[in-house]
Amino acid sequence: MTPQPGGTAPILELVDVGKSFGDLRVIERVSLAVPSGQALGVVGPNGAGKSTLLNVIAGQERASRGSVHLDGADVTRRSPDERCRLGIGRSYQIPRPFTHLTVFENALVAAQYGGRLRGKAAQAAALDALAVAGLLPASNVPSGQLPLLGRKRMEMARALATQPRLLLLDEIAGGLTEAEADELVGTISSLKRTGINIIWIEHVVKALVQVVDRLVCLASGVLIKDGAPDEVLKSEEVLRVYLGSELE
Amino acid sequence: MTTTTQPQTTAGSVRVDRDRGRAMLAVGLALVALVALAAAPYFIGPGITTDWGNLFYLVTLASMWNLLAGYAGMLSVGQQGFIGLGAYGVFVFNDRGVNPYLSAVIAAAVVAAIAFPVSYLAFRLRGGYFAIGTWVIAEVMRQIIVRFESLGAGKGRTISAYTEDPILRKAYTYWLALGVMAVALAAGYALLRSRTGLALQSIRDNEPAAGAVGIRVSRVKRLVFIASAAGCAAAGAVICIRSLGVAQPNEIFGVGYSAIMIFAVVIGGIGTIEGPVVGAVVYYLLDKYFGQSGVWYFVGLGLVAILVTLFLPKGIWGELASRWHLSLLPVGYRTRSTPHPTGWLTARDHRP
Ligand SMILES: Nc1ncnc2c1ncn2[C@@H]1O[C@H](COP(=O)(O)OP(=O)(O)OP(=O)(O)O)[C@@H](O)[C@H]1O
Ligand SMILES: [Mg+2]
Repeated sequence: MTPQPGGTAPILELVDVGKSFGDLRVIERVSLAVPSGQALGVVGPNGAGKSTLLNVIAGQERASRGSVHLDGADVTRRSPDERCRLGIGRSYQIPRPFTHLTVFENALVAAQYGGRLRGKAAQAAALDALAVAGLLPASNVPSGQLPLLGRKRMEMARALATQPRLLLLDEIAGGLTEAEADELVGTISSLKRTGINIIWIEHVVKALVQVVDRLVCLASGVLIKDGAPDEVLKSEEVLRVYLGSELE
Repeated sequence: MTTTTQPQTTAGSVRVDRDRGRAMLAVGLALVALVALAAAPYFIGPGITTDWGNLFYLVTLASMWNLLAGYAGMLSVGQQGFIGLGAYGVFVFNDRGVNPYLSAVIAAAVVAAIAFPVSYLAFRLRGGYFAIGTWVIAEVMRQIIVRFESLGAGKGRTISAYTEDPILRKAYTYWLALGVMAVALAAGYALLRSRTGLALQSIRDNEPAAGAVGIRVSRVKRLVFIASAAGCAAAGAVICIRSLGVAQPNEIFGVGYSAIMIFAVVIGGIGTIEGPVVGAVVYYLLDKYFGQSGVWYFVGLGLVAILVTLFLPKGIWGELASRWHLSLLPVGYRTRSTPHPTGWLTARDHRP
């Protein structure tokens, strides 16, 4: 992409991105630039295409049109594993643990491959990621035996272990108690302070707005609103798509 | 997100343990066993050692299938293609003046090279299609081999130049079978303890997530596919040399070998290193004592398979290992909190 006047390229830029599954158009011409250091929240009703957009960013799905740029470099045709090594770490909305590996081994393999770390450095990175996610006490548990909340934490730990510059989180706050949600907010805020760029899809808006600097709302594959979190939440367009009111 | 009810542990106070002591012990014991087995032809008659050779190639085959299916999630029913190529490879190099034992090694290397392009074909298919596809590929390999007049066409053929002295010949053949098995087991164990072993298991458990954490999925799978092909080819060469040739291309390229491999791995315990060895021993014993009982033999094999899958779903070794927390050959990692070496943190440190 063309360099920004300010100097540094946005950490992520989507240019006219579209995604269709056959005749079903899930993402329609989304353009979005996320400056480095800005934490972005994504809201939108069920089926809006949020997870699909995240897949297009991380490479699990290839854009049907348009392009994806990471730190100024076009990654549209890069495989997911390449994008991970380039610095995109992601969590899955429906956790995908490596079930026969322990929690620690899940994080370790992420540090070794995504983080390109070896030996003790990889082990330390894995342990750090588990500590951040509060999973250190469960290190030796086979991940297939974790309950859902544990699996969600592990999604975050594994993404962190890949040493991402851009961390993509897909609905990790659902089902948490208030206290747990507060802790999660604290954790993600501190990740943000360490310089990790965050894009967080979340239905639990109360937690989301405590962390993000900017909020976009996706509805039927279209970005209908983009701006400061409280403005976006109060806007008529957003309230209209949330008539069923899932906004908490 | 930290659990407040647990004692606070920081990442810095945790030690990572790979069970190196136990691994070294196991490797040491295996080496002793290897030396003892290697010395056997000096003490035991060729009848018995020849019979053991049978077991050795069964262990090799089962381990190779386990590597593919149990660790990389590739359910192949076409490994007989590589077995057949390995067997025929012996003729190819033997006819050019190489002794049959070295021919076996060369054949395995050449088959590894053949497996490389084959993997591009096979990896276009997933799941059940992969299974059927590998079978079809094995059939194609047979069809190609039987086109060659020099390889006996469809009728099979014998090795032209082999060691004349029967005692020596049997000893060499035995050592080859033992060596192939030892290399297959050692390489498999080293692979699984390495970084790649973790990547493999990740791919098996969840392929998209493996890509998402930066693993080059196809490359790792290809590596294992090629290694397994080489191992199967070496076993095929052993089978060929044991009977001084191939009687029937249909047999050496037969899907029956896949059935044997799957049987041994499932009976013994898929996804463990020890399981396929146990399963191969079970199959070897069943075959040895009941192999001549005609149709009842197959009924018996089927019954054993059904009983084990019903009552020991993890296989014989898998069940023992999880019941007694056994692992002769540890591959994983355990973390220990240094301030509480035997406390609450390690209380749950067992595998499924
Ligand atoms: N691989 C696919 N093939 C076909 N349709 C798909 C595929 N993936 C997603 N879709 C469809 O795309 C639409 C958007 O799905 P997506 O999961 O992106 O929504 P979402 O905004 O994440 O919803 P939720 O809030 O429920 O997680 C849905 O209608 C879904 O059925
Ligand atoms: Mg979603």
